[in-house]
Parts: sequence; structure tokens; C-alpha cells
Amino acid sequence: MTLPPKATERAEAERLLALFLDHGAERVEPDLLLPADTLLDLYGEDIRARAFVTPGPDGGEAMLRPDFTVPVVQWHMARRGDPARYAYAGSIFRRQPDPSRPHEYLQAGFELFGHDAAEADAEVFDLIHAQVAHLRPRIVTGDTGILTAAVMGLETTADRRNALLRHIWRPLRFRALLDRFSGKTPVAAARADLLAAAEPFAESGPEIGLRSRAEVETRLAALRADAAAPPLAARDVGLIDDILSLSAPSDAALERLRDIAVDLPAITPATDGLARRLDALDARGIAPARLRFEGSHGRSTMEYYDGFVFTLSLPDRPDLPPVATGGRYDALTRALGGGDGMRAVGGVIRPGVILEGTA
Amino acid sequence: MIKLGVPSKGRLMEKTFQWFAERGITMEKVEDREYAGRVSGIDGVEMVLLSAGEIPRELAAGRIHLGVTGSDLVREKLAGWDSRVEELARMGFGHADLVIAVPNFWVDVDTLDDLDAAAAAFRRRHGHRLRIATKYHRLMREYLRGHGVADYQLVDSQGATEGTVRNETAEAIADITSTGETLRANHLKTLSDGPVHASQATLFRAVDAPWDDAAQATLADLRGRLGV
Repeated sequence: MTLPPKATERAEAERLLALFLDHGAERVEPDLLLPADTLLDLYGEDIRARAFVTPGPDGGEAMLRPDFTVPVVQWHMARRGDPARYAYAGSIFRRQPDPSRPHEYLQAGFELFGHDAAEADAEVFDLIHAQVAHLRPRIVTGDTGILTAAVMGLETTADRRNALLRHIWRPLRFRALLDRFSGKTPVAAARADLLAAAEPFAESGPEIGLRSRAEVETRLAALRADAAAPPLAARDVGLIDDILSLSAPSDAALERLRDIAVDLPAITPATDGLARRLDALDARGIAPARLRFEGSHGRSTMEYYDGFVFTLSLPDRPDLPPVATGGRYDALTRALGGGDGMRAVGGVIRPGVILEGTA
Repeated sequence: MIKLGVPSKGRLMEKTFQWFAERGITMEKVEDREYAGRVSGIDGVEMVLLSAGEIPRELAAGRIHLGVTGSDLVREKLAGWDSRVEELARMGFGHADLVIAVPNFWVDVDTLDDLDAAAAAFRRRHGHRLRIATKYHRLMREYLRGHGVADYQLVDSQGATEGTVRNETAEAIADITSTGETLRANHLKTLSDGPVHASQATLFRAVDAPWDDAAQATLADLRGRLGV
């Protein structure tokens, strides 16, 4: 596989950037070398497998820019303003499981802060899609907010809802929790013995380390409360499964979600949001029937995408990564804005993939 | 001529020699030259004595065709190890398990599921992620990621890892253990999910070594004799 020359890739990125600037965006140019703390706090150790971490100038760790979203959010949260539109083009660095893929490549992106959520989602999708529409990309969309709303609407303990919410982005663990909370996974003998024990700390040795005995006792109490709580209703687990396995054109998916909302009314605001987004897209000439909706789309990628998500890939080139991706990340603005967040949505295009796909 | 990398000292070297000897191939160190050896019983194989820790890198670079080392070292040192080396034989010695251990008095933590839940609560309480001391960063990261564990961080520990919990530089550890003795002496217990990786001495083939016709013929001959 030959990759397009850097200069061609650069010219394509600049061309896309110019279009985003024409659209009214302000140009931003985040540092290439970012302090690692923020990214590690957000994404945990997983990011080390995807990014290049290096000793930093201040004795801490630094990271070669693994994406633009985090530094752009930091830039915006320090200044605020609603709405605000930003665009950028530059290198990002990612470790690739496939060594033949580039570890350094260009991204051109557009981010929109504030504004009406449905309008903003449609504006970003339309702008990104328009630049690659000539490649006839396969479009897959989703909405993590619907799953989140469904979990928040489950009739169970707050601890269980929070445990599920924490693992929305880790499908395996999410499933393991659902199985446990619904009683599908039986309680392990060791766990049953522990909860039944009169002296759970018998012969358990001295208290060592920073996690205190009081913290262990707190969790034991939580485990006892959990054991006493009734299992999740099979019907509710079935509704979550219905959402996760949904794969249909967006107009049909909306109808299906409205059916699910009859039994799970907590998702109604999120499905109303989907309806408004589809209307806004339709008004821009993007028919909902053309947008495939998948209930689990966007779950296994990056955390903090908590609403609309989209991926555009080249249908004849399954060997290439998506040509464009994007989504809503209100949760990220909360995490970086000290709990005080705002609406934000954005998308990026990979000029190198456009060139490979048209070569 | 194909180059076979073998651990240069200790029981790992002796057991490797023994394993090949049982299959009709004799290896010996050449006394006056420290890092060279003699191979008899087959033509076209040259032995290179290397530290077990260097063998993964030499295999990945294709500077040796074959190498004997611990499967843990290959997985830890090589990104995408399975596209760079091929396992020809698990040799049945040098067993060592990489395990996660937590304080024994954490009676609420028995599985990875528990560790994950404890990590979430720990982070809320202490303001930083639950620290796991280890020198096996890649193996641990891939394992915990594969199992969807969050809110932990790996801190580097190149020695005396069992002491890090008592010293409060880590809350849990992940280390190689052949017996549970050291863990028990340090009031630590392993999780019940089983080891992160059950390592043993393994004969690897380097994908990127110069496999010309002669080298391939020698390899076929060798594999026939070894029955692998």
C-alpha cells in the first residue's frame, strides 16, 4: 500500500480548513506537545496504548497531540461564548495496531460550541458530509444519549444505574453488569459466603496501603444492599437489548425508539431530540432514510461522546479507517470545565484517507 | 545458516539445552568465547547466547531467526507481538504467572469486577486513580482494557514490587510469581479470575528474519527433528 505524499495530504487539509473558515469558523492551532495529565485523567491508561507519551519539559509527562478535541475544548472553556465555531488542520499522532498504517497523519476539523443542539448537530454533519459526499461514503449514525437515558430510567438502585452509566463506553463490562444485576449471572459462592459471614475480616491480615478498612466496609455495605435489591426486570433488560441491537434507516429507527419509549418513557426526551435532529438534517436536504442508525454506534470508541455520533467510511475500502467521524461531547466540556459544561459537537476529516480513497 | 537465540545463563539456559538434547540436538557453550556456542546434530544452525530480555527485540528486528525466551517477555516488549513472531513450541519449563494481587484484608475484592468497582470508589474518595505497581505495562494495559476495567493507573516498579502497597506508593500490584510465598508474606492475595498471563519458555520464529531458501530448508529440517 502506498500512502499519498505528505505535501499532497497537507494541501488537501489546507483546502478543507479554508472551507471551514469560509463557513465562519475561527482558526485554532493547539500545541503539538500537550501535558499528559489531562488526557490521562480523562481516558485513563488506555490512552497510552493509542498515544505517544514522552517525558515532559517540567518533569511530568507530555503527549504528542492524539486528537484536537481536548485542546480545543480547553481553549473554548477558558473563553466561553455561545455559539462559537472553530476549525483546525494539523498532525495528530496515534499508535496503530497495524504497523503499516501511519502513526502521524493530518486531520481537518470543525467544532461548534453552544447553539441549539439539533441545529448544531445538523450543521456539523452537513458541513463534514459535504466535503466527502463525492466519495459516496457509507454513513452510520447513532446517539449515545438514548442508551444513557434508558439506563437512567431503569427501575433499580442508584448504585446500579451509576455502575452501568460508568461503563456505557465499555460494552463487555456493561454486559457483565447487566447480567449480574438481572440475576443471569449467579452470585459466586465466595461472594455469598462473604456476605453471610459474621466476621468478614476474620484472618484477613493487617490493614495496609492507602485504601482503608473503612472503605472496604463501605463497599461491603454496598454489596449487601445490592444483594438485597430485586433483580432488574427481564423486560427492562430486553428494552436495553432492543436499543443496542437497533440497526435501521433513521426514520424507521425513530419509529422503533418511539415504540420502546412507550414502555421506557425515560428515553422520550432523547428520542424527541433525535426527531428534531432528523428534521434539521432534512431541512438541509439530508433525508433521514439515507442515514443508517445503529443503537450501539460510538460506544467502543472514545469516551465522552454522549449524543449524536457519526462515521463516514469508504464502502469499497474496508482496509481504510473512516474518512470522517464526529459527534456530540457535552460530557467532555463538563469534565474539562470544572463541572460547568456546555453543548458542543464537532467532526474531523482525514485528508489522507480522501486521497487514498480516490487514488 | 539460521541463528537461534538462547538465554545466556542460568536455569533457563540449562533447561533449553536439555530440551533440545532430548530431541537429538546438542548445544554447548564454547568456553573461551562467552557468547558463542556449538550446535551439533543438525547442520546450518548457529547458536547465539543472549540475555532472555534481549531476545524479543532481536526476534522483532529479524537479527535472529529463532529464539527461546519467556512468553511474557515477548508479549510485554513487542507491540503487536503476534504479527512479528510465531510460537513454534511451548517448551514446558520456566513457568511463571503474571498475577494481580491486592491486600488480603480487601475482603470485598475477589475478582476483576470487584477491582473495577473498588477503583471507581477509590478514585472518588482519593482524587486519583487506583495505582497498580508493575513492570509489565503492556501486558497489564491490554488485559485490563480487554476486561473493561477503568479508573486505575499503572505505576512503574522494577523491583521489590510487593512492598509498594505497604509503602503506599501503590494500592495493588501485578507481578510474576512462581510461588505464592512472597505475596503471603506481604499480606497480599491474588484475584480469583486466574493469571493475567501464564508464561513459559517458548521457541519463537521471527517473521522478519531473512528467510531465504536455505534458511527455510534448515527450518523445515529442524522442525521435523523437534516435532513442532
